[in-house]
Amino acid sequence: MRGLPDLEKSLFELIRRTSTDLPVDVEAALRRSLGKERKGSRAAWVLSSILENVALARKKDLPICQDTGELVFSYHVPIGFDVNALIAETRSAVSMATQRGYLRQNTYDSVTGAPYETNIAYGLPVFQFHHGARKVIDVRLLMKGGGSENIGCQYSLPDVNLNAGRDLDGVRRCVLDAVHRAQGDGCPPNVAGVCIGGDRASGYEHAREQFFRKLDDKSPVRTLAKLESKILREANRLGVGPMGLGGAATLLGVKTGALSRLPASFFVTVSFMCWVFRRRGIVLGSEGEIGRWLYR
Amino acid sequence: MRSKMMAPFTVEKVRDLKVGDTVDLNGRIFTGRDRVLKHLFEGGACPVNLKDGVIYLCGPVVIRRDGKWLVQASGPTSSMRAEPYMPAIVQKYGVRIIVGKGGMGHGTAKACAKFGCVYLEAVGGTAQILNQCIQKVGDVHFCREFGTTEAMWELEVADFPAIVSIDSRGRSIHKRVQSSSKRILKKILKDSPPFRG
Repeated sequence: MRGLPDLEKSLFELIRRTSTDLPVDVEAALRRSLGKERKGSRAAWVLSSILENVALARKKDLPICQDTGELVFSYHVPIGFDVNALIAETRSAVSMATQRGYLRQNTYDSVTGAPYETNIAYGLPVFQFHHGARKVIDVRLLMKGGGSENIGCQYSLPDVNLNAGRDLDGVRRCVLDAVHRAQGDGCPPNVAGVCIGGDRASGYEHAREQFFRKLDDKSPVRTLAKLESKILREANRLGVGPMGLGGAATLLGVKTGALSRLPASFFVTVSFMCWVFRRRGIVLGSEGEIGRWLYR
Repeated sequence: MRSKMMAPFTVEKVRDLKVGDTVDLNGRIFTGRDRVLKHLFEGGACPVNLKDGVIYLCGPVVIRRDGKWLVQASGPTSSMRAEPYMPAIVQKYGVRIIVGKGGMGHGTAKACAKFGCVYLEAVGGTAQILNQCIQKVGDVHFCREFGTTEAMWELEVADFPAIVSIDSRGRSIHKRVQSSSKRILKKILKDSPPFRG
């Protein structure tokens, strides 16, 4: 891209680091979880292996998990910014990261079943743009494992089976049910991203958007902050535990957001991240170099 | 109990394992995930001998350098997706060990009991710990059709750590955790104070 000669290199570095170096907020949460498990228990063994693996991947500069997931790129750009070049540079960085083994060949044609060797195809990676009154560009990347994507789900309130009404307690009931249903399939301890309201499509997108928040932040909406901590407390009483083999650590966090809704609709959408919660971000400098890292 | 297991993984060795045992696998294992398992289930040709063998539900990160395959990361994938295929494959091919994560269902547990097979849980996401156990990458099958991720890889492993979560009596940690967590969920929804904001 003209004016940003270092852009491709920066995007490659963003992908490399996201794949190999788990963010500190996630690692700290895993460490806290280990402290709460009984010594010598299965759950403690699982969490110790997890932490050992995190350190090993960082040291060897190799992917933490072989499922390098769905790549969700989220860009914050100045109003009027031409995004096409940004997409082209990102695609080229993804292709390079795949060739070098920081990303798995992880994209298939849904009709013919053919593999895409560079991970560049229609619909993947996912690109999201946020245009705003700002001077700098920031790029955030979420690598979302397939196992955790598969356990996401959507409820429509009221739900008679869960005794869930059209209110925030109904939301709580849905999320707890979703955590229970997921069991070990999405590599717990998970993080739950929740969208209250919206429509069938926006619900999933907004639920996933929650994963760009820091794990240790609090919702600025006081009611939602309270809801998040109640759900987190209760979910961790279920005993699903690390990898679903039993234990205290089922969720590392709950992040809720809300979208307005039609009077007829009241959706609750739950998206999950696996414990390999890969999310990083960079702010670009004037040449497209990495000005600074987000999320520390 | 922690035990070292060497290939061949005979029915006698497998019958000795109980849920909760930790196992270190040694010998040749075969990866196979969604595409391979569907292919075998539908009666497609199997390029390897799975008798007394291991199916590892895994799609590795593989690159090719200087004419050689390099496995950069490898670990288990969610096994529940293989549930429709696995009982028939265990029966037909005499598979003794399935390695995956997240557990499998009733059909597979029943097949484990009937034909003498176990399901081992490797810790999901620990792709570097598990990758270190690979001593040698052997032949690869279905690579062109299914891609490197869904291909069937022959891997020699040493001390590959896993835990028996479904044994050959059909006992399952997953089933146990599922029913106990269901009981707790019901209790929370019934007795815990509702959220009022």
